[in-house]
Amino acid sequence: MGQASSPTDATAARSAIFPHAEVDPHAEVDPRILAALQCEGVAGRARAVHPEHVELESRLIDALRRGDEQAFASVVDRFTPTMLRLARVYGVPAEAAEDVVQETWLRVLRSLDRFESRSSFRTWLFAIFANCARSRAGADRRSVTVSTLDEAAGSGIDESRFFSPQHPRWAGMWTTLVDSWETVPDERLLADEARAHLRIAVEALPARYAAVFVLRDVEGWSADEVCVLLDLSQENQRVLLHRARTRLRAALEEYVRSQFT
Amino acid sequence: MSSLQVSSCRQVVDLVTEYLEGGLPPDERPAFERHVAICPPCRGYLSQMRRVQQVAGRLSEEDVPERLRASLLEAFRDWKTTKR
Repeated sequence: MGQASSPTDATAARSAIFPHAEVDPHAEVDPRILAALQCEGVAGRARAVHPEHVELESRLIDALRRGDEQAFASVVDRFTPTMLRLARVYGVPAEAAEDVVQETWLRVLRSLDRFESRSSFRTWLFAIFANCARSRAGADRRSVTVSTLDEAAGSGIDESRFFSPQHPRWAGMWTTLVDSWETVPDERLLADEARAHLRIAVEALPARYAAVFVLRDVEGWSADEVCVLLDLSQENQRVLLHRARTRLRAALEEYVRSQFT
Repeated sequence: MSSLQVSSCRQVVDLVTEYLEGGLPPDERPAFERHVAICPPCRGYLSQMRRVQQVAGRLSEEDVPERLRASLLEAFRDWKTTKR
């Protein structure tokens, strides 16, 4: 492609090929947009644990020790679905997942008197779960790492949406528009149907991706907690999370497009 | 190659999780934000990644299979009896 003969031609040519012609590395940055981004960037990080949470937790442990069935039912309801979802990452066959969960809760009850609030209840519970799952999965259990198999699964990005790195002018730029979802109303994006769609997409992820995603984004665990539970480095945790989110974004985009356009 | 350049949209897509996790080095973060601020499709992409997290936060309301739940509660009652 030849060089455009004047800035005006360049702009015109660019608008024709490149629908979002505003992208100009020398353009002025709107300070309001920049400020908003900087705020949101931090807000996007893991949800913090509230101080009341610690207080609630010690009341919960007391209630469990007293034999309060409602308290037990509430923790079972709260944590069992996550355990069922995680079992496969430890190599537990689907049909054995409920057994592992049952074994976990029994061990929890037997060890309740020995629980010390040095770790959170959740951390303690899932450490017991991980032990149960690993012993059930046996010798051929897999460790949770970013394997060559994961690499083969690809980045999850549709490369056709970008100009090739060799493109003389728009290398690595979007070839298509990307809809902003800022204005998609909550009641649509958070509707049962949209959630069901995302849930199916999570099920379809490789086990490791799903595990990290569920813990981080569904359950709100911190990166540190996830690294400890799944025995991952920070770097690998982030890679797995990134790949999971990238795929799930694509799945949700497909849904949003089919619904709202 | 300078680390201060986030020149392509493809790079933004690769770095978005690091950005959202607060893991971008302090010298790369402004370059990332500068790119996103002037690039509507990348802003769209960032908004989509944030909404994925938002929808995910609503996936936790799942039911425990009824039989499993019943058997766990029964185990609890047994435990309570033997404990006393």
